[in-house]
Amino acid sequence: MNEQAAVVSLKSVTKDFQRGGVRALQEIDLEVRPREFISLIGPSGCGKSTLLRIVGDLVPPTSGEVVVNGKQAHQARLDRDYGIVFQDAVLYDWRTVAKNIALPLEMLDWDRARRSQRVREMVELVELGGFEDHYPWQLSGGMQQRVSIARALAFDPPLLLMDEPFGALDEMTRERMNMELLRIWQESGSTIVFVTHSIAEAVFLSTRVVVMSPRPGRITGIVDIDLPQPRNTDTREQERFFELVTEVRELLRTGDRSGEELPA
Amino acid sequence: MSTTVVQPVPRSFGRMMGRGARDWLPAVAIFVIGIALWEGLVRGLHVQRFLLPAPSEILNTFWDERDTLVSAGLFTFKEAVGGFLIGSAFAVLVALVLARWRPLGNALMPYAIAANAVPIIAFAPITNNWFGILSPASKMAIAAVIVFFPVMVNTLRGLTSVRPESVELMHSYAARERDIFRRVRIPTSLPYLFTGLKVATVLAMIGAIVGDYFGGSQDALGIQIRRSAGIFAFEEAWAAIFVASVLGIAFYGAVALAERVVLSWHPSVRGGRE
Repeated sequence: MNEQAAVVSLKSVTKDFQRGGVRALQEIDLEVRPREFISLIGPSGCGKSTLLRIVGDLVPPTSGEVVVNGKQAHQARLDRDYGIVFQDAVLYDWRTVAKNIALPLEMLDWDRARRSQRVREMVELVELGGFEDHYPWQLSGGMQQRVSIARALAFDPPLLLMDEPFGALDEMTRERMNMELLRIWQESGSTIVFVTHSIAEAVFLSTRVVVMSPRPGRITGIVDIDLPQPRNTDTREQERFFELVTEVRELLRTGDRSGEELPA
Repeated sequence: MSTTVVQPVPRSFGRMMGRGARDWLPAVAIFVIGIALWEGLVRGLHVQRFLLPAPSEILNTFWDERDTLVSAGLFTFKEAVGGFLIGSAFAVLVALVLARWRPLGNALMPYAIAANAVPIIAFAPITNNWFGILSPASKMAIAAVIVFFPVMVNTLRGLTSVRPESVELMHSYAARERDIFRRVRIPTSLPYLFTGLKVATVLAMIGAIVGDYFGGSQDALGIQIRRSAGIFAFEEAWAAIFVASVLGIAFYGAVALAERVVLSWHPSVRGGRE
């Protein structure tokens, strides 16, 4: 193994949608190293969610190579090498909190004792003690999303894919969830690929921010976030934080402008 | 920590029914007032018996004829329940097959819709011919065919109205199609299925009674209604209709109760989100 093997490795990944012949992604190259927290940011239509689904082998790329955990993305999915969190919590209404978290463990044929042991640990990790027997509709949006994160991490996957997980939450809850996620990331030692359209969220959470532009979706630039770890509420008030936010914003703007100039 | 939580509703029987006394008292009051008005108007306006007997007369007749009526009612009820069970079971099976193999479903749906537009009750004399006029099977066949379509369509809609992310989530666990059906599609379809089943109870009763009208055992409700009306014994016809109504409501209630037990997790059953 040379240096540290990448958890995700994308080589000139291109995606065309057959309907309308739209090129969603063009020649994407990206390496995600272990324990990184990578954010994909860009305006809607830049293909960031599609890229996440390509990594998860939920959408096939038109061309290019996708390697996850050292194997083809398809094999990685069959090996359950990643957990995924969507914008909606996607909890099953007929399952309690505990049963929702246990879903992947059932799919992995864990026995009952091992399942309930792990569910207890996960409930503790996302601080939902006392809510194990509640149904999803009895929880607030933030709590539902924490159940969804616990479910994604329950089987200890090396990679966590998150598609705008806090996009539907109010600002206060979102900032609290950001802190939660950083703590969970530290404790679980997983690698995270995180899709967002919030610049502040991307800068606050990430070790690197990948800026994308639309039509066709491509990477405009990658910003290293050199803010000290662990991050806390003070991080958002540091001068360096604002510099990095500005840098990402500038990149987003140039990407957008070059996109606009094309048809003219 | 966010703690906006709706506490679980205490599960008393009243709550299980989704209503407290305060909610159903108005309905009971309306029922009592309605019956009293009926009685009062029929007496006050001297409405002729063959047009509309008073509720008290209907009830008296029912009591006098209770043995015949209850036995006829149960006979027809068996026809309805039998047809309901056969038709619903077949409908669920077909819905599962069509949801599993979508091209097949797409190919068959136009014919299913066309078949539904056929006035099935028109086949009653034919099924009498097929299954024997005296056999309850001929009425069950009509009830089953009438019940089939609403149950099949509702179940199919439920099986296919799963959110794409729910399926993506299962794919991320390398789930097979069988797992997706068992853990996502079938639970999602249950509220839809019960909507279809509740409609089906009413249709099955209609199918069985109208099936009776076309002839069969003398000990059937439809025959009783037709015969009484034929000899101007309208109180008896109304008493038979009363029995049919009670059985129909009980049938519907039983399925509604089963729904509440099976879907105890569903917000509509547990009192909903505040």
